[in-house]
Amino acid sequence: MADSMESPTPTTATDIAWNVRNNLVKATDVIDRHLAAIHDRDGEINAFNTVTADVARARAAEIDEGVAVGRDMGPLAGVPIALKDNMCTRGIPTTCSSKILDGWKPPYDATIVTRLHEAGAILIGKTNLDEFAMGSSTENSAFGPTRNPRDTSRVPGGSSGGSAAAVAAGFAPLALGSDTGGSIRQPAALCGVVGVKPTYGAVSRYGLVAFASSLDQIGPFATTVADAALVLEVISGYDPMDSTSIKPAVGDGTLDLTRQLEWGVAGLRVGRIADLPTGASPDVAERLEQAFDALRAAGAEIVDVQVPAYGYGLTAYYLIAPAEASSNLARYDGVRFGMRVDAADTNAMYMATRTAGFGDEVKRRIMLGTYALSAGYYDAYYGRALKVRRLIADDFAAAYEHVDVLLTPTSPTVAFPIGDKTADPMSMYLCDTYTIPSNLSGEPAMSVPFGTGEAGLPVGVQVLAPALKEDVMFRVAAELERAAASLVQGLEPA
Amino acid sequence: MSETSTTGGAWSFHGYELVVGLEVHVELATRTKLFSASPNRFGDEPNTNIDPVTLGLPGALPVLNRQAVELAMRLGLALNCTVQRSTFARKNYFYPDMPKAYQISQYDEPICIDGWLDLPDGFRVGIERAHLEEDTGKSTHKGGAGGRIHGSDYSLIDFNRAGVPLVEIVSRPDIRTPEQAKAYVSELRAILVAVGASDAKMEEGSMRVDANVSVRLPGAELGTRCEIKNVNSVRSVGRAIEYEAQRQVGMLEAGEKIRQETRHWDENDGRTHTLRSKEDADDYRYFQEPDLVVVDPDVEWIERVRSALPVLPAARRTRLAAATGQPVDGEAVLVVTERGQDSYVLEVAAVGGDAGRALVHVKEAFADQGDRPRVPASDLAALTRLEIDGALTATQAKQVLAEIVGNGGGDARAIAAAKGFEAMDTSELEAMVDAAIAAAPEAWAKFCAGEGKAMGALVGAVMKASKGQADGKAVTALLNARRP
Repeated sequence: MADSMESPTPTTATDIAWNVRNNLVKATDVIDRHLAAIHDRDGEINAFNTVTADVARARAAEIDEGVAVGRDMGPLAGVPIALKDNMCTRGIPTTCSSKILDGWKPPYDATIVTRLHEAGAILIGKTNLDEFAMGSSTENSAFGPTRNPRDTSRVPGGSSGGSAAAVAAGFAPLALGSDTGGSIRQPAALCGVVGVKPTYGAVSRYGLVAFASSLDQIGPFATTVADAALVLEVISGYDPMDSTSIKPAVGDGTLDLTRQLEWGVAGLRVGRIADLPTGASPDVAERLEQAFDALRAAGAEIVDVQVPAYGYGLTAYYLIAPAEASSNLARYDGVRFGMRVDAADTNAMYMATRTAGFGDEVKRRIMLGTYALSAGYYDAYYGRALKVRRLIADDFAAAYEHVDVLLTPTSPTVAFPIGDKTADPMSMYLCDTYTIPSNLSGEPAMSVPFGTGEAGLPVGVQVLAPALKEDVMFRVAAELERAAASLVQGLEPA
Repeated sequence: MSETSTTGGAWSFHGYELVVGLEVHVELATRTKLFSASPNRFGDEPNTNIDPVTLGLPGALPVLNRQAVELAMRLGLALNCTVQRSTFARKNYFYPDMPKAYQISQYDEPICIDGWLDLPDGFRVGIERAHLEEDTGKSTHKGGAGGRIHGSDYSLIDFNRAGVPLVEIVSRPDIRTPEQAKAYVSELRAILVAVGASDAKMEEGSMRVDANVSVRLPGAELGTRCEIKNVNSVRSVGRAIEYEAQRQVGMLEAGEKIRQETRHWDENDGRTHTLRSKEDADDYRYFQEPDLVVVDPDVEWIERVRSALPVLPAARRTRLAAATGQPVDGEAVLVVTERGQDSYVLEVAAVGGDAGRALVHVKEAFADQGDRPRVPASDLAALTRLEIDGALTATQAKQVLAEIVGNGGGDARAIAAAKGFEAMDTSELEAMVDAAIAAAPEAWAKFCAGEGKAMGALVGAVMKASKGQADGKAVTALLNARRP
């Protein structure tokens, strides 16, 4: 097509969809371009467990045909999207990067898969993760670690490291991840992309393979705040198949985000948590200060608040999440699907299958969780963690009486070298200090790239908001994105 | 073992008394499963009523069935329970027919608490709780040791039953005799059927009874209990409890201690056997089910369910007893109410029939008719009127009834006429009585001397002469009238 020679190739989801919908760019060309990028570089990055090239090309052709006859092919028409490999896709392997799901193809689609399909988005592949989403570096994968496209000697973060790396490397303009304790926001920060954990219940979990059901939430990765808003509008909303999905009194629960992005932050109150746990490295701390400055300059008021229980989030999380995981992962017993290691009797078969099928970190958390729920220990561990969880929610609620959003670092550091923390689980767990409290309170939070830190690697700033206040959170994120563009050490494409 | 004594209805064996609490599981008669849209249907091809939720596939989530909640409320309210805010928990344990390796069950916050059930004789049994939970799949173990998983060659699993809604109804340990336990199960079954909560068929497994049995010396603390499983009929409930109680007394008298354990009732040898001891019990690691939300029926919903409850068996028995003049725990009232034919009897009375006679006929001749007999109430009413008026004897009425039942209805008067059951006029009967006296002067003399037995011969002679058509009562009356 002659036009495409003259106009720049669209790269964001918003631009691709606009061009495809207006018949200016072919979805098939968009898919081929991205498949080529994957072909060129994913051997090195290892972002994908499965690339769904044939399915994607076929769907792209359908989109093009629809557009050609004047049909509305949806707000994400022709946009390639990568899904973390813990979201069920009918007939396409869904592995959770675990050997135990070897050979399993779900007979059904997750709700978000159906919604994306109806919106015209095209599934391009399933991305690598820490096994069952347990980890902060994507090194706990049965299929090898994913590498950070900004520096391939470093981790992309985790557990949604494959999705973050796919977007950062230009393999897809959009990806979805799941966030149980920071698994979208931390890799987004480390890879220099936008990552959003919506309010618990805003996006259906039906078809998301559970790690910790009361904490898990699906959310997007994108290169821009506007793209993240666009896809979140598509996937959010009430789903009768998920009992914890939020059913609003009015409407269908779909978030309204994109039209408010340019509203600015004048008059908004942005909270600085005075008693935030320490541990952020100087480069990260400096970027956070610059973020406060930028918002102040844009007309926001910066207010100091206290969230005393914030620092207890990590310990509470490492009781609650493993407890739920120990129960959620009990179904991988070799009876109905996935791997089975035969043995003399049923109990021996369970043990042999689970011993061979699960990696070390998964086993560690199953044991931890089993212990925390055991008779005689429940009150001291799990029961107490639930109390801390309530405290954190109460403290956030008190803070939000004074501010509209809170600002913190996303990750204490920039991306660390592969192998740096694998021998010391506790140091790995500390990566999630700033992200975990939002999962415990069920409130939304997102990471926005804000310049670079040590070794020229990306730094993310985290915006936190009260439940269902994604619109305000996105306004602040959009302002930070505008400010980041003018930073001296702005981020170049990877 | 020797017989127990049942002085005044109380159970006692070597001075020990019996303490029983019952846990009854019933399958709810819902259209679909507790947490998914698959049909809740017994007897279908194995593994056809399944879906991602039923199979516990990764990513599948439970959604609570509103009809199941409503049926649980119905049965709870029928058992005089309080319906309260409730939650679900996960009960974690591994078993091949348990798809998720946890059962979703209400644990510390059940939907129904603190009710009671009155037995027909008025004895009140407390209900501690009634809670919702999901059923497991069904395993069939092939080869090896007699149907047990241990030692079998392979196992087949049917997941049709997995996720079927159950309510577990837990009584307080108020039951003191095997008879009360049987009466409790029968009465509970009647209530469940009456409110439409379950078909409650023990033989199909839609109602399963576990008995917690202990013994103690009167006034002592509660003894250590054993839980008896696999009790598959009302009769077995009584037998298993009786056996287990005597076993425990025997152990205590031999100086042994009762171990808390789960025991299996063997219908064939009439004994209970150790299944597992308390030490072997799983730690279920209960915690609140994070995939479900709180169930908190509002007052309006509860009252709507309560006001829609049908008249319950106890009230129906009272009503039937009052209408028929029979005792409320008499056999006829119990049997007819249990069959659901009590309203039919009342209907017969309402169209002019005699309630007492109707009750007898329905109990005797309507065993296979179900709760809506085919015979029009007016036909039975006409028959009872002929009896009351003396136009038909009891014997004749029975024959007419047999024909009416056989034909699904009929005009009693016409049938009686066709059979030649014309009511004898008094003069005809008087002539027969006089003839009988004349034919048996010795019997008449004895009768006149006050020997009651002699009357039988005289009545018998009249009956013979009338070919069974004479009314025995009328004959007796005539004989008495002729006695000097």
